[in-house]
Amino acid sequence: MSPKRQSLLPFFLILPAVIFFLIFFALPLISGIQTAFTTPEGELTLANFEKIYGKSFIKAVFNTLSLVAIIIPIQLALALVIALLVNTRLFGTSKFLFICAIPIALSEIVAGIIWLSIFTEKGYLNVMLHTLGFLKQPTIYLSYEKPATLFMTIALTEIWRATAIVMLIILPGLQMIHKDYFDTADIFGASRLQKLRYVTLPMLKPTIRTSLIIRTVLAFQMFAPVLVLAGRAFPVLASETYRIQFFTRNIHLAAAYALIIMVISTAFVLFYMRSLRTRWSA
Amino acid sequence: MKKQEVICYIAMVIISLFVLVPIILITIGTFTPRLELYKWPRGLIPSRFTSDSFISFAQSYGVMNGLKNSITVAVLTVIFSLLIGIPAGYSLSRFKFKGKSLFTVGVLTTRMFPIAILAVPLVKIYMGLGIYDSILGVAFIHTIFAFPFAILISHSIFASVPGELEEAAMVLGCSRLGAFRRTTLPLVAPGIAAIAIFAFIISWNEVFAATLLTLHNRTLPALIVARLEATTLDFLFASAFFMLVPCLVFIFIIRKRLLRMWGIILR
Repeated sequence: MSPKRQSLLPFFLILPAVIFFLIFFALPLISGIQTAFTTPEGELTLANFEKIYGKSFIKAVFNTLSLVAIIIPIQLALALVIALLVNTRLFGTSKFLFICAIPIALSEIVAGIIWLSIFTEKGYLNVMLHTLGFLKQPTIYLSYEKPATLFMTIALTEIWRATAIVMLIILPGLQMIHKDYFDTADIFGASRLQKLRYVTLPMLKPTIRTSLIIRTVLAFQMFAPVLVLAGRAFPVLASETYRIQFFTRNIHLAAAYALIIMVISTAFVLFYMRSLRTRWSA
Repeated sequence: MKKQEVICYIAMVIISLFVLVPIILITIGTFTPRLELYKWPRGLIPSRFTSDSFISFAQSYGVMNGLKNSITVAVLTVIFSLLIGIPAGYSLSRFKFKGKSLFTVGVLTTRMFPIAILAVPLVKIYMGLGIYDSILGVAFIHTIFAFPFAILISHSIFASVPGELEEAAMVLGCSRLGAFRRTTLPLVAPGIAAIAIFAFIISWNEVFAATLLTLHNRTLPALIVARLEATTLDFLFASAFFMLVPCLVFIFIIRKRLLRMWGIILR
């Protein structure tokens, strides 16, 4: 094999990936930004943003951000607990890990329907409360009139579904921390909590950052559970994008919406990158 | 047993139940007679178990077609992801070349953008290309979600197989492709199977893009979303159970690799 051909081979091998990336990632991204700033006739405009700005937009932003604010810290804490439990390597932890990982394979829409079966009027929550004698007539949880309950059921569904993602990011990070650090801490007589506070958490910082980035981006596209559990009673950014695209058939408005989602979620990514910068990570 | 161990076990049992009970409930719900789902009072365990809801779900309009679409899209996604991902992963693991880190960063950034910003403009682009509302169009966008994983996982799998084997085979007269096929491929085959399963699950589960990019050729999740406002609980329960089962089987198959794969992707 000639040296010349040899040196072209690596490029040749990544070529399909590069072409695919350009056509189905870079092109839509650019086209999306362009669509958001133009009229159907092709003129530059900001009118799309003016048109989507309104009561339901503010509601969608508010709802999405409050979900992010509640879900992500809880998931992070729960994922850390699960990872620490798995890391005890007690008997049965590998089965425990598998059980905790199951939701990662489930569709958003499946998760939504599963929790619908629990929170619907004659669902399993009411059935259990009735069986235990706590109530006679079913309580209605999923209704326009109860935004707080809707919020909690959606948050619970997301915590159930997506904690596995955070956990599976954190656990390898946890297992990569060298045992020497803990041994040293032991020699200095550190307590369990002190070890968590001064060894585990600082060492996990880059991993936590990665998990926050991925989880937050995913949270901004949360869609199916919201539609299943709340319909239109609880607008979030992704469900509103879908609604606009489908009911107004105006792709310029939908693109403007999508662009706003991207800007907010990118702002979060940058925030995490800056505020959780560490010496160890690149 | 020490007190701390007891606490750990209690925590593990509680968390396991939190994960498992909802899955058990939807299973019970699927096999509960339809009318009992709307009765009050009703018990946790139905008077009898029946597969009526399940059968009527399978027979309702569009479901079989949706199933066919979902499987076709997922299989195409697997094929595209492997065709794109394996050569790129191999290249990253075996060669040093200019632009390598730029390429890796590009692959990683795909994860940092929400689906909406891709799916919405793709409606327009697909209409121009004539693949709006087509299986192929959905498979392409699903590949965009799956191929970064395919590249990163295969990169690390190849990195774990020493390149010397290939060199030895080439010294003994194999071509590069022949050397790859005879030495590395058999060693990495299980890992590649895991990538395929992963890509399949990503596609099988994806809702948003599939909903936006189809009208008549809907995948199962898109079909369920479209029917949400005009359907019954038994249809929904059966559909959720139906979508759930293959995922449970698949995740069971790749359970041993799960942790390592995620560790790789998320460094």
